[in-house]
Amino acid sequence: MSTGHRTINVRARTGGARRSFSVTRPPKSVAMTLLMVLFLVYALVPIVWLLVNSTKTQGDLFSTFGLSFGHTFALWDNIVATVTHDDGIFLRWLANTLLYVVVGAGGATFLATLAGYGLAKFRFPGRGAYFAVVLGAVAVPGTALAVPTFLLFSQLGLTNTPWSIIIPSLISPFGLYLIWVYTIDSVPTELLEAARLDGAGELRTFFTISVRLLAPGIVTVALFSVVATWNNYFLPLIMLTDPDWYPLTVGLNQWSAQAAGVAAEPIFNLVVTGSLITIVPIVVIFLLLQRFWQSGLSAGSVKQ
Amino acid sequence: MTTTTPYTAPTGEQEASRTTAESSTAVRRRRKDWQGWLFTWPFAFVFVFVFITPLVYALWLSLFQNQLVGGNSFVGLGNYVTAFQDPSFWDGFGRVLGFLLIQVPIMLLLAMVAALAIDSARLYATGLFRVVVFLPYAVPAVVAVLMWGFLYSDNFGLTASINDWLGGTVLQPFARRWVTASIGNIVTWEYVGYNMVIFYSALKTIPTELYEAAEIDGARGWQVVRAIKLPAVRGAIVIATIFSIIGSFQLFNEPNVLQPLANNVITSSFTPNMYAYNLSFAGQQYNYSATVAIIMGVFTAVIAYVVQMRGSRKEDR
Repeated sequence: MSTGHRTINVRARTGGARRSFSVTRPPKSVAMTLLMVLFLVYALVPIVWLLVNSTKTQGDLFSTFGLSFGHTFALWDNIVATVTHDDGIFLRWLANTLLYVVVGAGGATFLATLAGYGLAKFRFPGRGAYFAVVLGAVAVPGTALAVPTFLLFSQLGLTNTPWSIIIPSLISPFGLYLIWVYTIDSVPTELLEAARLDGAGELRTFFTISVRLLAPGIVTVALFSVVATWNNYFLPLIMLTDPDWYPLTVGLNQWSAQAAGVAAEPIFNLVVTGSLITIVPIVVIFLLLQRFWQSGLSAGSVKQ
Repeated sequence: MTTTTPYTAPTGEQEASRTTAESSTAVRRRRKDWQGWLFTWPFAFVFVFVFITPLVYALWLSLFQNQLVGGNSFVGLGNYVTAFQDPSFWDGFGRVLGFLLIQVPIMLLLAMVAALAIDSARLYATGLFRVVVFLPYAVPAVVAVLMWGFLYSDNFGLTASINDWLGGTVLQPFARRWVTASIGNIVTWEYVGYNMVIFYSALKTIPTELYEAAEIDGARGWQVVRAIKLPAVRGAIVIATIFSIIGSFQLFNEPNVLQPLANNVITSSFTPNMYAYNLSFAGQQYNYSATVAIIMGVFTAVIAYVVQMRGSRKEDR
């Protein structure tokens, strides 16, 4: 498996056997660390700003310096206000987002795993064309398809329903490609042949043997699908007109437009706190699953 | 298969039986050729529904015109001729092209600097930098733009504080001349860490022996970067460039979310994608909207293809 081989590499390059400095074990550099601190600050300033300002009242938001705390610590009040505003519509958006993520990203992972595995382990008629069409589709701008998809869905009566978000989320060409790479790397053909000799059907072999070997790849694809669905904005923006079906992204943008618009309603504190609540789960998932996104991106970038 | 025991005959027999078994499965597989579709049909089914059908439908739509008087009529390539003479389309196209030529190189250069620094093993707290610089990628574009929109704003943003501090209005993120740069900054913030991880992952696959060989040859610092690291990540650079080209030509979320804050500056045809969106959903001009979307799709695919070809040709040399 690719991760295992990489860990060995890391150990070899940072191993403590040799004390002297070398190309593979250079001295630490304060100047370079400071350079990276600039990157760190750049990445963190907006997030820190969000954290600090979600603790402020509307008044403090306008009257105090952006990166320092306000006169009153109102984080809890803001959270309560966010989830109770407009009869708790924010919680409805959160539930919608979870629905789209679980069904959409879950389905995308399932379909990509089956198809990537099938393409890697079977020679079947149409396989070459299948692969070429799916990978070619990556270059087609997703938004070029948005308008025709909307028109198509509206004729089928699917717009303004959860299906209009879930069905397009089910396709992840990148996920299919990742599973294809993982299958070639980690599912030995001899093992499948042994299972065939024992009389196991292809599907049974897949669900009892291959899925376990593919587990790290599947988690990686699931992670990227979850992020893509959680962050999806354009698709729900065009498909949905009923706020009851909005995901968090579209809902927050609507609040923001309300706050900044002509008939401005001062709900900036709700936009700030709502944004914070939106990013916390996804950031936590990323921090917990670090190993997987790193191996996923490396598999995607190295093979090709 | 090797063995140290004197009983070689059974092993030979086992091997012989295994080869016959293998050939028989091969035959069986050839007969059951269609089994691959057992795994691949569900993806293919949905793919045709959400990718192929809309694509064909868009091509079909772009050949017609819908007018109040006369209804739906076939106009051939008429919509394409209109688009190529449409200043609104070219205005947006010029903007994303400029974005592509300025923002993408800056972002990829920054990502490469960060990846090389993290891979150099010369940093304190390497892991911290790797994770935190990547973190913005997990933030939804809408939230990223809202946060930067607040930072940019005159009311309570950092811009206002900096302007107060310097006196006057030095920073004007929403002014006509600066708004594209302001968006460029947001996009850079979102994706610099993502590209860094792509480059870093490619750097990690360079075998240690290569560095040891370079060390024996007396190569140091920059020489190692130029002779070993940059050539090794060429494939990753090509991929990151293609993703960035696609992203730039599709630019929509950032200007769309920022629009209420910079109302008179971000027009409805600010980028080709915003133009296509507004043609459809504000103007009901579905046929023309599909035409604009298709032209942008073709441009994107052609440029991505050229980059891919040039990138891989260099690799062969």
